[in-house]
Amino acid sequence: MNPAVLGLITIILGVGGCIGYFWSSNFVLDRFIFPPRGPNAGRNINRANAIRPWLFLGPAVIALGLYLAYPVVATFWYSIHERVPGGLEFVGLKNYSEMFAEAKFREAILNNMLWLIVVPGASTAFGLLAAQLTDRISWGNFAKSLIFMPMAISFVGASVIWKLIYDARPEGTGQIGVLNAVVTWFGGEPQQWLTIQPWNSFMLMAVLIWIQTGFAMVILGAALRGIPEETVEAAILDGASPWQVFFKIKVPQIMPTIVVVWTTITLVVLKVFDIVLAMTNGQWETQVLANYMYDKLFRSFDWGVGSAAAMIIMLLVSPILVWNVYSARKEMR
Amino acid sequence: MTDVKLTDVAKVYGGKVEVLKNIDLDIKTGELVVFVGPSGCGKSTLLRMIAGLEKISDGTLEIDGQVVNDIPPSQRGIAMVFQSYALYPHMTVRDNMAFALQIAKMPKAEIDAAVNAAAEKLQLTEYLDRLPKALSGGQRQRVAIGRAVVRSPKVYLFDEPLSNLDAALRVATRIEIAQLKEQMPDTTMIYVTHDQVEAMTLATRIVVLANKGIAQVGSPLDLYERPNSEFVAQFIGSPAMNLVAGEIVGTGAVTTLKVHDGGGTITSAVPSLPEDMGAQVNVGFRPEDAIQSDGENYAYEGEIEIQESLGEVTLIYFKRAAPEHEPVIAKLPGIHPEQRGKSMRLTADPEKVHIFRNGVSLLYR
Repeated sequence: MNPAVLGLITIILGVGGCIGYFWSSNFVLDRFIFPPRGPNAGRNINRANAIRPWLFLGPAVIALGLYLAYPVVATFWYSIHERVPGGLEFVGLKNYSEMFAEAKFREAILNNMLWLIVVPGASTAFGLLAAQLTDRISWGNFAKSLIFMPMAISFVGASVIWKLIYDARPEGTGQIGVLNAVVTWFGGEPQQWLTIQPWNSFMLMAVLIWIQTGFAMVILGAALRGIPEETVEAAILDGASPWQVFFKIKVPQIMPTIVVVWTTITLVVLKVFDIVLAMTNGQWETQVLANYMYDKLFRSFDWGVGSAAAMIIMLLVSPILVWNVYSARKEMR
Repeated sequence: MTDVKLTDVAKVYGGKVEVLKNIDLDIKTGELVVFVGPSGCGKSTLLRMIAGLEKISDGTLEIDGQVVNDIPPSQRGIAMVFQSYALYPHMTVRDNMAFALQIAKMPKAEIDAAVNAAAEKLQLTEYLDRLPKALSGGQRQRVAIGRAVVRSPKVYLFDEPLSNLDAALRVATRIEIAQLKEQMPDTTMIYVTHDQVEAMTLATRIVVLANKGIAQVGSPLDLYERPNSEFVAQFIGSPAMNLVAGEIVGTGAVTTLKVHDGGGTITSAVPSLPEDMGAQVNVGFRPEDAIQSDGENYAYEGEIEIQESLGEVTLIYFKRAAPEHEPVIAKLPGIHPEQRGKSMRLTADPEKVHIFRNGVSLLYR
């Protein structure tokens, strides 16, 4: 069958199934189990309302439990076992110690830290800058659409685009990479950009910054517009320069939003995988944790060490995730 | 000397929409001038132009004898209190008040002294380390005023500072502003409001704005007793002044008028010229000046439609002669028996009877 038809059928069945489930479960609840009639009508309505959230949440809770909670437990289980012919053998923390001793893992941790420092900060800063600068110009909306557009591109697609920018051809042949084109135009030597350490890691980061700046700009732009105009006018009357208005009046007022944007991008960075896989596959010292995990699990079929790497990623992500949700909730209040 | 002088000031938006024109106003040191006017008359725009938040399209603005059209707001020697308080939400009360001085790089000891003095003056000392969100509306407005006070400006600008407060707080804060003004006799204050009571109680002079310009400038009682136009007459005072159509039938030091509706005759202390004889005019008298009468000398006779007894006064609304007329209202002191449906004659002291010809008072021609 044509995949498009298959997809369409899936969508119809899925959405229809959801609607059918919610409608029919409520119908059964209100009509047969606790009907709002008879001597106990009031009590029945209260009971039905107490049960209704569980009907709505139930499928999601079950699905998340099955596809999120169980894999976590199972991954942890695999991370303290080793695959032997005929089954699993308990090895305690041996997988972890093996992994920590490996140079490639230490490189991945180090690179992830570097990504963590550079990408969220740069994306948020560029996003804030773009939001502020595009707000007051006539073609601001056009500029914003341009900056936001990379958000619509998948990480792999973006990697392909940037691979063309960094592309290098053997000397003597025509260079098709944008960067090399610029370099040779100025009379320089073409470079194998993605092999130059340690700058190649930063060239990969540029891809993610390029994608995430649009996200930061949209969220921070909305927050900037939410600042009461009078506080800005009051600051102008108080003698603040545009620079001071921005950093002393505007930025502090949107600090909660900045934290949410920052932590959201941090989460993306910790899980970064596609860009590295598609561009260097971790060669030339550009390895990151997620790609390391993928290498171990699906290339070396080393379930134990791969699962241990997954656990490390989860440990790093969890506290930032908690902080992110906490900040986002605080901001909503 | 901190006079504020506006000469032929105009405001045009986008080269097309004219909001204000030909504004000439001379505000003297120590005055508290109140801008009033119907909504959309440009009173806030005028204040923001003095503040420097809006560009002046035409004419000159002088503060202290210096033309400040192109001088940035912070160097005009002004401070502004906003309707929405405009406190910096992320700063404590102390930092809110100190911000302008910190920007001006004043020594820390001087900043502390200025902030503490202002806080004392406004009873904010115990709230200095709180954030604005932990304050009540009245306290926030006091912080906003304190933020202006610490800068010891030459001119204070108030943009409807009390309209976000509830009625009781409004009265209390109004009195605080009046006291603040008394403590600083040399500062000039410009105050925008749509509340007449604020205007009448606070102002040295009131500026009534209408139709893109100034309708009348004068002391509160001057505007109340001697309005120059029907617009000002009806804008100042509540309920608004009654206007009834009539004709001049006797001229001289006092004017005799015959009223079309009801047909009574009444005299006014406003003098008139012989050539005014027979002129079609509007006779104005305030509801609170109306006196119930049985004599032949009366300004209005009509059937009572609604009677509102408030205890201290009784408001009587008369049935309008034609649907497009505004109803005549009388505000009689004390309690009166219900007289709905009956007819009543109203007269007024000749000193309180105004005459308007083509909308303009005969006093100002």
